[in-house]
Formats: sequence, C-alpha cells, structure tokens
Amino acid sequence: MSSSSMERFAPIVLVAGLLFFLFGTFWQAVAPWLSLRHLPYKSIDEIAQTVPPTFRMMADDYPDEFKKYFGEPDTAAFARALRIGRGVYVAEACWHCHTQQVRPVSNEELRFGPVSYPSEYANALQLPPLLGTRRVGPDLIREAGVHSSDWHMAHFKNPPAVTPGSVMPSYGWFFDKDGSPGERALAVTAYIQWLGSWIPNHAYELPTRPAAQPEKQ
Amino acid sequence: MTTSSRDGVCRPLVWAHTLASLAYIVIVLFAGMLYSLQFLSLFPFPNVEFLSPGRLRMLHTNGAVYGFIINGFAAGLYWAIPRFTGQRVWNEKYVGWFMFGALQAAVLATAVGLLAGYAQGIEWAETPIFVDPFIVVWLIVALFQFGIPIYRYGKSGPMYVAAWYMVAGCVWVPMVYVMGNYIPQFFVPGIAGAAITGTWIHDAVGLFVTPIGWGLMYYFVPILLRKPVWGHSMSLLGFWGLAFFYPLQGVHHFLWSPIPMYAQYAAVISTVVLELAVVTVIVNFVLTLRGQFGQLANDLPLRWIYTGILNYAITCFQCAIQVLLTSQKIIHFTDWVVGHAHLIMFGTFGFWIFGILSYLSPKVKGLEPRSTRAGEWAYWLITIGTILMWFDLLIAGVVQGVSWMSLAPWMESVRVSVPFWAIRTATGTMIIAGMIMYLVHIAESRRAPSAGRAGSA
Repeated sequence: MSSSSMERFAPIVLVAGLLFFLFGTFWQAVAPWLSLRHLPYKSIDEIAQTVPPTFRMMADDYPDEFKKYFGEPDTAAFARALRIGRGVYVAEACWHCHTQQVRPVSNEELRFGPVSYPSEYANALQLPPLLGTRRVGPDLIREAGVHSSDWHMAHFKNPPAVTPGSVMPSYGWFFDKDGSPGERALAVTAYIQWLGSWIPNHAYELPTRPAAQPEKQ
Repeated sequence: MTTSSRDGVCRPLVWAHTLASLAYIVIVLFAGMLYSLQFLSLFPFPNVEFLSPGRLRMLHTNGAVYGFIINGFAAGLYWAIPRFTGQRVWNEKYVGWFMFGALQAAVLATAVGLLAGYAQGIEWAETPIFVDPFIVVWLIVALFQFGIPIYRYGKSGPMYVAAWYMVAGCVWVPMVYVMGNYIPQFFVPGIAGAAITGTWIHDAVGLFVTPIGWGLMYYFVPILLRKPVWGHSMSLLGFWGLAFFYPLQGVHHFLWSPIPMYAQYAAVISTVVLELAVVTVIVNFVLTLRGQFGQLANDLPLRWIYTGILNYAITCFQCAIQVLLTSQKIIHFTDWVVGHAHLIMFGTFGFWIFGILSYLSPKVKGLEPRSTRAGEWAYWLITIGTILMWFDLLIAGVVQGVSWMSLAPWMESVRVSVPFWAIRTATGTMIIAGMIMYLVHIAESRRAPSAGRAGSA
C-alpha cells in the first residue's frame, strides 16, 4: 500500500477497522474458544444433581428458614439456590473483590488449593465467567467447606465481628427482619459452599458432622 | 434547535454534552469516594442496600465510561468533525438530539439498574442486560452520525489523521460492545468466555476510548498551537501500529489463568511491541510542542492536554513492564492495576476531556478561553491528586502482592494496605476539590471578561 492509500476512507475502515480487528479477535477470543470447545458443558440442573453435604447441613441448621425458601434439600432446591446465589454474587459485585481462579504462581496453590483448570469452568454458572481481576478478599474457587455455613451467615451480617480488621461491607439485607437468614443469605452461601466442592478430598470432604449426613444417596 | 453557524457546528449540542459529561464526573467521583471509605471502615451508609459499596464501585466505573467519557468525547466530536471536514454531521435536529437524550437515558437507567441490583457480571459491561440493546443501537447511530461527514470528506482523497482515528473508532465500538456484552453472557462459558471478556475489557479502552481520544488530540493540539503536527509518517506509524497491535492484547487481563498459553504469549508480546507505536505518537506530539513550551504556562486547555499525553506515556511504559509474566506473579489482582486504570482512564482521557471542555465552554458562547484562578487550582489539585493516587496504589500493589506470596495470614495483606487506602481517600478528596474548582472555572470562563480583569493570567 502506498502511503496515501493508508490515509483513505476505505482502507482505514476495511483494513484497520475490520481486518485487523478480526485478526486480533480471532487470536485472543475465537482461537481459545475453538481450543476449549470439546470440554463437557454442564447446565445448572446437571450441576445440581450432586447436592453437597453443606447444603443439607443448612437445612438442618436453619430448618424453618430453609423450609420457607427452599423446601427440602433436594436437587431442585439446590439448582434454585445456585441460580439465586450466583445472581446475588453478581448483583452485589462480590466478584470485584474476590477472584475465582488459583494461579500456578506466587504460592497460591499452598494458600488456596489446587490450581484452576479449564474444565471446571465449563458450566452455566460460569456464563459469564467470574474469574475476577481484583483480590481484596481471598480467592473463592476452593472455598467449599473451608468455613461452616454458620460462619458465612455471621460474616455476611457483620464481617469485622468475625474477621477483625475486615473491610468487607455488611449485607444486612440478606436477612429477614428478625435477623434470621433470608432467601439471599441461604442462596449465596449455598453458591459459595459449592465453589470447589468438585475437588476430591478438598476441605469440605473432611469435617462432616454425623447428623448432617442423611440416609439416602 | 439547530443553531449551527457557518462552520457547521451545532453549538447547543456541544454544550449539552459538555454539561452532561461534567454532571456525571461529579457523581462518579463521589461514588468512588464513598467506595474508598469502605476500605477505611468509615462507610457512612452501612447496611443500606441501594448504596452498597460493591454497587457504588460499578456506578463509579460505568458512569466514568458511559457518562463522563462518551459525553465528553461527543462534545469534542460535534465541534471537531464539522470544522476539519467541512461537512455537517449526519443530522443535528433529530438524530443529534435523539442521541443526546438516548445516551442520558441509558446512563441513568444503568445507574438505577446497578444500584437496584441488576448488574451484568462482566467487567466494564455491568450495564444491566436490558440497557445493552439500546447502547448497541446508539453506537450504530453514532457510527452514521459521525461517519457520514468523514465519508463525504474522505471521498475525494487522503484524509487528515484525526479522521483515521475517529472513523476507525466508530467502526470498532459497536463490534466490540456486542462481542463483550453478549458472547460471554449467553454463548461462551468459562475459560473461553474469560478470553472474550478480557478482549472486551481491553478493546473498550484500546479500540474505543483511545482512538477517539487521539483523534480529538490530532484536531485540538494543532488548533491550540496554531501549527501542524510535527511528522506525517510518525502519525501513520502510530495509527497503523495501534490498529494492528491493540486488538491482540485482550488476554493480558487474565495472565497465568487456564486460557491457552498461545493467546497469553500473543497478548504479552503485542503489548510490549505496541509501546513502539506509542513512542512514535508521543514523540510526534512532543516535537509539535517544540518551541512553544512556554504556552503551557498560560494556556490551560493545552496544559490539560499535554499533561494527559505525559500520563499516557507513563501508563504505556508502565504497561510494557507490568504485562510481563514475571511481574504478573506479584501485581496481578492488586491495587497496582487499580492505580494503572486511574492514570489511563482519568489521568489521560479525563484530562483530555477537561482540556477540550475548558476550551469549548467559552467557545460555544463566542468567547475566547482564558485562564482563571479557579482553573489553576483545578489543574494543580486534580493533577497532583491523580499522580499521588497512582503512585500510592502502585506501591500498595507491590506490598499486597509480596504479602500474598509470603503466605502470611490473609488479613495481614489487608492491614498493611490500610495506610495506602487512607492516602487514596485523601488524594480522592483533592481531586473532588479540584473538580469543584473546575466547575467554577467553567462558569467564570463563560462570563464576558470585565474590562479590568481582561486577559488576566
């Protein structure tokens, strides 16, 4: 191209505007998509087929509230809790201060648990993806069972009371007027307790209370 | 209302976008200030759902882009395009005012939607899903509104540099916005979706704000200096370098993630190489100023613009260092990135808008821009505040990154950050004070100078 054709309307719109954009977008967005397209994709209902013990424990810990908002701790209730909980997580911008990604550097594996891998994100709860770009609080992708659901409830109500010095805001509106957990508190806790629950032998598998493991599987 | 004069500029539209831009930046600054108070455990409205700090953060960022920057740029484009192309925009009376109203409606709907809890989970695209289609339509209409005069002007031969950037920016934005707001939201989940999200985050800055901003600079700088830009081939290198390398960088927002490494390497390399193109642009503008450095002392719009260019150079140089995979081990996820974002979005594009608006505000009334005492206060308060905030967050980022790597208890990284966050709030206070002075300056500069004070520096 002569230098004067690089200053004309059509080459600028077609080459810079379209061609370069498509090339860059292919390399940065389309190619990763093609590379990862074979990963098995799970819908929320498919995810909810495995109800983690933490969800059943919540039904034991808060029987009245759980019954009121979610009924029995079955797969349908768990799917509903995941949907609502993830909605809360996005609406309150939790993901602006908590990442969902363990990197293979900076001792993150020692702090949080196994390094993130692509297939664990191939599901409807990562649409859009919530990897995050800022960490004020710790990463949450291995959070399942690290704390009890009780801990989460108290923490949502008043974080510094549980973790002195915490700068996380209080989320009083997750709770009912009498201070008992509302729909949002139960749902977002169920969602957070799900994060990483697919990792074998991770924290949530270890301490289980006998009463929290009901019969049928 | 189409009170265009012979130069084809619709002055009421320029002034309306100016006012909207200034109104939003005030709201945006207060939202940021409130958010920063949460980090000092001083948030004044705890447990108020609709003023939750998380929601205010999204108001801060989205208001800055869609409210402050788009309106500020629109004011500049409505002034610059008719004047250097000799062509009126597509239509002022209907399209222009429709676009103005639609943009404000979209921004207000976004603000209300975010505070009411209808955010979308994509960074810089938290605009509620029901607002997105309207923004897409708006961007396509804007493509025609500003593209048609450039097309008419460019039909007959080579175009001026400003037109390259403006028309390319107008072509890129609708594609970028649709890609970022729809594909990871509805079609591509997980890691591939994250790659697309990163591409969107980066393109929103690189293929929208940056080209429109540089397009405006290539118009306003020669006008303020009353001479042409120094080197033509430098301009060519800068534009084509940006156009080629910028779209290749999106994944650098997710380095060390499970995204395939070929995408991560391409992002890192193209980010470093882009600095060569950036250097040509910076050198070009500095050499244009050569011999007229003294004008910076009295010409406030010019000083805002060149401070913005200096900040752009700092940010881009910083970018070439921080994008390396080694640096990313420490600074990723920390306040370093927050400082970087403030210096580019506010310290560069915000400063350019302040320069353009302080030039246009008297101009649309037929007055010449002049320096005022309030204008000087505004410049120094905002400049010092922004640079200090940037530097403070940079150091905070390194401290946080090292603290995490050391495996000290998590709360240790929060405790060591608090002093840095306190400084951030203090610098934010300086910026807000400067912003109030800026508004005073705008109001004063639109009054006819009284005989005694005419020409006061």
